[in-house]
Amino acid sequence: MIVYRKIEDIVTRIQDETEGVPIRTVKSFMTKIPSVVTGADIVQWLMKNLSIEDPAEAMHIGSLIAAQGYFFPISDHVLSLKDDGTFYRFQAPYFWPSNCWEPENTDYAIYLCKRTMQNKTRLELADYEAENLARLQRAFARKWEFIYMQAEAQVKIDRKKDKTERKILDSQERAFWDVHRPVPGCVNTTEMDIRKCRRMKNPHRVKKSVYGLAEEGTQSQSPIHTPSHHCRKGTKEDVEKEILFLNTQLDRHCMKMSKVAESLITYTEQYMEYDPFVTAPEPSNPWTSDDPSFWDLEASKEPSQQRVKKWGFSLEEALKDPAGQELFLKFLESEFSSENLRFWLAVQDLKRMPQQEVAQRAQDIWTEFLAEGAPSSINLDSHSYERTSQNLKDPGRYSYEDAQDHIYKLMKSDSYTRFLRSNVYQDLLMARKKVCVIACRNIEGEMQRCTLKF
Amino acid sequence: MIYPPHVEYFLKIVFSETILRMCPHLLLWPCENPFRCRSLPAQRKIYMRSPPIPEMATQEVQLNETLAHLKTESETLKSKLEEERAKLHDVELHQVAEKVEGLGQFVMKTRRTLKGHGNKVLCMDWCKDKRRIVSSSQDGKVIVWDAFTTNKEHAVTMPCTWVMACAYAPSGCAVACGGLDNKCSVYPLSLDKNENLAAKKKSVAMHTNYLSACSFTNSDMQILTSSGDGTCALWDVESGQLLQSFHGHAADVLCLDLAPSETGNTFVSGGCDKKANVWDMRSGQCIQSFETHESDINSVRYYPSGDAFASGSDDATCRLYDLRADREVAIYSKESIIFGVSSVDFSLSGRLLFGGYNDYTINVWDVLKGTRVSILFGHENRVSTLRVSPDGTAFCTGSWDHTLRIWA
Repeated sequence: MIVYRKIEDIVTRIQDETEGVPIRTVKSFMTKIPSVVTGADIVQWLMKNLSIEDPAEAMHIGSLIAAQGYFFPISDHVLSLKDDGTFYRFQAPYFWPSNCWEPENTDYAIYLCKRTMQNKTRLELADYEAENLARLQRAFARKWEFIYMQAEAQVKIDRKKDKTERKILDSQERAFWDVHRPVPGCVNTTEMDIRKCRRMKNPHRVKKSVYGLAEEGTQSQSPIHTPSHHCRKGTKEDVEKEILFLNTQLDRHCMKMSKVAESLITYTEQYMEYDPFVTAPEPSNPWTSDDPSFWDLEASKEPSQQRVKKWGFSLEEALKDPAGQELFLKFLESEFSSENLRFWLAVQDLKRMPQQEVAQRAQDIWTEFLAEGAPSSINLDSHSYERTSQNLKDPGRYSYEDAQDHIYKLMKSDSYTRFLRSNVYQDLLMARKKVCVIACRNIEGEMQRCTLKF
Repeated sequence: MIYPPHVEYFLKIVFSETILRMCPHLLLWPCENPFRCRSLPAQRKIYMRSPPIPEMATQEVQLNETLAHLKTESETLKSKLEEERAKLHDVELHQVAEKVEGLGQFVMKTRRTLKGHGNKVLCMDWCKDKRRIVSSSQDGKVIVWDAFTTNKEHAVTMPCTWVMACAYAPSGCAVACGGLDNKCSVYPLSLDKNENLAAKKKSVAMHTNYLSACSFTNSDMQILTSSGDGTCALWDVESGQLLQSFHGHAADVLCLDLAPSETGNTFVSGGCDKKANVWDMRSGQCIQSFETHESDINSVRYYPSGDAFASGSDDATCRLYDLRADREVAIYSKESIIFGVSSVDFSLSGRLLFGGYNDYTINVWDVLKGTRVSILFGHENRVSTLRVSPDGTAFCTGSWDHTLRIWA
């Protein structure tokens, strides 16, 4: 997986002799501790080589890499990185998670058994490990002899190894099990997103033995049984479709980056005062103050000046807000052209109907707005009219797309611009200002607090 | 011709037609050339009644040649398209954005923690009332919360585990969810707390693999779904009828988002084939496609104006694609960010992009300048889902640590 490759790249770089951290043997009391590096050194290296400014961030990413099992503290089962003198060792590539180990409980049993045989205080089982061992002994009661024998064999092999090499290998083995059988309360980083399981190296999560034991016969299946044809190979039809698609794209007229950038910047700047993350909402953000009055105000019948201002950004904004839509409709009624908006709203409604009701509703819309002598006759150009009446032969959700588009453009260029200049809108936009002005005058004149409301 | 001519002559004279009908390859030499004989294992050939006809073999050769030819044509077109688009790439977004005022320091904290799920939280969605949310988890539970008070209002247990998708209906009266059951089901929310929600369940969508995402369109009557079977589909809720299906992804589709416009009829989807496709809901056609990510696209979200969209991927980057320029216009990445992005969403103005990552953090990006504004810690396992509230006052994250958090 892609993240393992990235971590392995970092881990390889960090162990490099010239560019990496100082990995050395440390003398302690009567013994030597081979091949270790301090946490502080790792944090420093990460900050320098991954361009991290904050040590907390470096510790976080370091802890994650440790939790995945790529390096570990030599005296702790909990895999995290500390920015101090704690000693860490790097994991052997054999044990790397990218090998997709799914170690069996038999292997774990052998390992715990082996630990109890070694009789050294530093290798004593932790409480949770002792509990695990007890559970495994009960579960594998019948084949415990086999497990015990395997553990003995392992111990014999280990004894033959060089002392330093043994220390290193023991700690790496322990770290491996810390990843696959984590301390209770720690994150199990071997858990997978089920959607991605299919494409792992080991898609059926076949368990292989860490200690090279023969397959016991049971294979575990991934819960998604259907074999994936991940990334279907392109058939002739697929490639032909692609060529058609690419040709259409070549004909597309695209905008220059400079224009696109300007457009994005303009939009963002226009809406920044409405963005609660950028501009604190009035009176307060309900989540930070625990006061929901911001929501109550938004829901009230009287829209704030800020909200009214938004209706002026585009026809879409005005129609999105129910209060804006209502005001625009009232304005159109005063101009005797409300049938346009009512038609547009009816078609929006049509698109939201359950499939069964679509045909009937489409007919109703025709009768109301487009038929000969319709009560709310709208003005369509002959071309759209023709197209629409053709569509109505097989009435569907999208029968009125052309007509709706035409009417929308009409409203946008004609009625909407007049609406913005109209008294009805301007009064509302300026209404709040009137309150302020009067209040000021009173204060100037008489030092009186005015609570006038419109 | 499979035999050298003299051998065939010999065979025709000496052996009868019936013997010749057996696969000749078994008689003489093993078949290795896939163009000469359909590549069946040797054993099966014994039972073949009719041997592969030479004409068909040549047809196959022709087919493979045509395919190769077509692929070359496709590659040439792709390069040409890239060339054309590059001509319009006269400046970078962050360069033009240098004139924009920088954002101040942000203080974003966890304002609510919602505990109650027994396993990984996989998905969540906001209700239009700006305070209620629905969340789903690996243990099959779907919970409706009033996030403001942190009270649980409804709970449903799905018959399957890994409920990877959930959505709130625009009316606030129903929720949709699905996952490993390959279905999308709609549950009407009853005001009666004692009523068993599962009884009123309605099965709407049927896919042939897991349901990865679902979303109501502008009404309670239609649902858009995406699936591990590589397709997206639009369904009529009342009848369960398939209204439109969308084919084009070459692998699992992991996410989708509907265009914000009231008049628009498009949506964007992202998949394991590293592609983000924009679809026309009316015709089922793919109208635009973007392929610059290096790994699975886990999340796609439209920029509020609908002219662009952001994506988050396993390659640890978020990218911004503009529909008018028909290309990628920004990448949000850092050397220190190596874990995949599971989920992205914009703040109301589109100035901020929030990304939930598999390294348990949330990174906040300045969309215009391309820089990271903030990194938020708090979750103790992967952030699997992230959505900004409908009025932009907060965003909610769900995590594999079994909790949801509201940030503001």
